[in-house]
Amino acid sequence: MKLRPLSFLFAGLLLAGGVHATAAEHIRASHAWIRVLPGDLPAGAYVTLENSGNQPAALTGASSTQYADVMLHRSSSEGGMSHMTMVHSLAVPAHGKAVLAPAGYHLMLMKASRPVKPGNTVRLNLTFSDGSTLATDFIARPANAVDDSH
Amino acid sequence: MKPRRSPGAAVLLLLAVSLLLGGCQRTELLPFRLTNISGHMPALDFQLTDDQGKTVSAADYRGKVVLLYFGYTHCPDVCPLTLAHLHVVMQRLGKLADGARILFVSVDPGRDTPAIMHAYVNAFDPRVVGLTGDPRVIEALVKRYRSAFTREPAGSDGSYEVSHSSAIYIFDRDGNARVLATPSDSQDDLVHDLHLLLGTGTTP
Repeated sequence: MKLRPLSFLFAGLLLAGGVHATAAEHIRASHAWIRVLPGDLPAGAYVTLENSGNQPAALTGASSTQYADVMLHRSSSEGGMSHMTMVHSLAVPAHGKAVLAPAGYHLMLMKASRPVKPGNTVRLNLTFSDGSTLATDFIARPANAVDDSH
Repeated sequence: MKPRRSPGAAVLLLLAVSLLLGGCQRTELLPFRLTNISGHMPALDFQLTDDQGKTVSAADYRGKVVLLYFGYTHCPDVCPLTLAHLHVVMQRLGKLADGARILFVSVDPGRDTPAIMHAYVNAFDPRVVGLTGDPRVIEALVKRYRSAFTREPAGSDGSYEVSHSSAIYIFDRDGNARVLATPSDSQDDLVHDLHLLLGTGTTP
């Protein structure tokens, strides 16, 4: 099959041309915090996302210079069992919100490049399904912090 | 002033009931709010390595009210949340909490060395003891309390799912299983039932 680089270029120009605003532009992040665990153990990150746009958005993960690996996870409980599952995206409905909170959706942060201590601020670039990102500052809290964001 | 209703009758009834039961078992009838498992779950029994690297058994915790919880340190969400809640419960119990121990048993002993467990449990509360050991011994302990732990790959995309029992098994000072709590139970109910268990029974 013959490749058609021009059509790709055209599609790219359309996307970049501001026909649609990006998902991240309509998202407001609040209550962003990280539960810091000792040593090199993975940490959970939580945030509330509000979408002021007319289109639904989907959080797919995050990137950070502080953590080499970030995954979107969901904890659930059923029949006396706790489950932790990797998920690919979390919908933020148009004019609605999505909450990442303990015992539910969370970002699992792995392989910290340097130790994170309670009180530190860590910037994560939240990634949405359209490729847009939202830089968000997360406050690091101690392991035994009890969620107060809701 | 109107006299308060005498609690005498209720006390007598309780006394009679405990005398009736007292002959064969020492578990008193306590008005628990959590799920009462007295007589339905086996007594505390194990031999594992604590987070100081010392071999310990259930006998080492006789005289303490024990909260048994299975988890693992590479669990960034539910395990820390449960331990953080238990820390609040311990704080609410004040000095009484010294009579209690939270035994956090790793279901991931391959990665959870005593040193890692030590750093982990101490980040939550001084009354938490981390226990690890031979995977077969831990598996037997998990089975003893009809608990479970699985870790399975869920898809070709590298995703996976980890499942583990979320229950907290609570034992009295004599090592008898008494109540079962789940993370959805309120802190008030935990504090209430721990008050009952800590306020009674033998003291070391």
